[in-house]
Amino acid sequence: MHSTTSTHDSHAEVHPLVGHLVPVSTLLLTGGALVVLTVLTVAIHYVDLGEANIYIALVIASIKAALVGAFFMHLRWDRPFNLLVLVAAIAFVVLMMAFSMIDVDANSFAFDQGNPKTVQNYLDQNAKFAPITAK
Amino acid sequence: MWLFLATEVLFFGGLFVAYAVLRMLHPEVFAYASHYLDTILGGINTLVLIASSFTMAMAVRFAQTNKRIPLIICLLLTLAGAMGFMVIKYFEYTHKIHENLIMGPGFYRPVDAQEATIAMTDPGEPAPVLKLDSSLGAPAVTPAAASQNIIGIPLPAMDRTAVVSPLAGPSGVVDLAGTPPAERSQYAEEALREVPTADTPHLLDPKLPVNTHQFFAIYYCMTGLHGIHVIVGIGVISWLVWGAFKGRYNSNYYTPVDLVGLYWHVVDLVWIFLFPLFYLIH
Repeated sequence: MHSTTSTHDSHAEVHPLVGHLVPVSTLLLTGGALVVLTVLTVAIHYVDLGEANIYIALVIASIKAALVGAFFMHLRWDRPFNLLVLVAAIAFVVLMMAFSMIDVDANSFAFDQGNPKTVQNYLDQNAKFAPITAK
Repeated sequence: MWLFLATEVLFFGGLFVAYAVLRMLHPEVFAYASHYLDTILGGINTLVLIASSFTMAMAVRFAQTNKRIPLIICLLLTLAGAMGFMVIKYFEYTHKIHENLIMGPGFYRPVDAQEATIAMTDPGEPAPVLKLDSSLGAPAVTPAAASQNIIGIPLPAMDRTAVVSPLAGPSGVVDLAGTPPAERSQYAEEALREVPTADTPHLLDPKLPVNTHQFFAIYYCMTGLHGIHVIVGIGVISWLVWGAFKGRYNSNYYTPVDLVGLYWHVVDLVWIFLFPLFYLIH
């Protein structure tokens, strides 16, 4: 992709007031790549690779996200500060996710104790056989 | 605008964290319940959103280059993509609601009996639950047994027969009282044989993991919040179409088109992650 996108669009010089004009070819290639990756990820889903499946799917999703961000959202040509804002937000989500998972993993015995009494009473009345209470 | 997008990422981020924690606690629930989602419909929706993201990026370009008619066409195509996404989502939701694949305790009520129960009881009263007839040799339901995969079907008060089924295992009971006798065993056998799909009644599935309702809770929360964003997107893109008709946007003033475009791409980005996390797991 990089060889096609680094060529500057000639219109950018004609309209100095506008921001970066993303070339049509770049947009088409990005859209095409997104479609191909979507078909690919669905196809791989039908092959059972065990644990690896979800990681492959997430890697493909990340590539698609990077393509959308770089070209559709023209981050590639923006000031780096915009990218910093987005990456920082994602990084904090990942940080929160990591700490939540570490915490829950260490204390998960405390999460499977069943429902509080009021909740269980409600379930007993309204969804008698709901197997919600653990153990 | 980018700070707003950052808050959007954090907004969805909380739900992604909830997803990760729930999935870590109950991996078998996610692997099982994902079969109830239609991968093809989800994939089509992904392509629809990608196409609308593409037309939105083209719209920004046409605004920058003073091309009014192509701008209007691209915005209308984006709008069509957004509406198409919601239409497909509507069919997915209604199908699941019809199959009782919903969030909350209603997940554990059978589809047909639920309507009958609602029709025949006062709203204040708890739903009448079928009492098992001990003369049929069915074991009484104990709390211990209830925690296993038992199917209890609340029925209208006049219908009080139960059958013991091979579906339910040694301690469980399956009530198929609503089914005519000739069809009962066939129904049960079919339910046993089938891999869960969107058409299998989940309560009849002996492999239904405990706490499967959690998958649908997080599914409706995340796709629902995303759907609300798509509806907001429909609103702001319509506003852009109106502005484009009036000829407001040109190479000196295209910021609204650009910023709505950024918002729309973030909506696309969220779906790019939601799709594999819900539809593409085993």
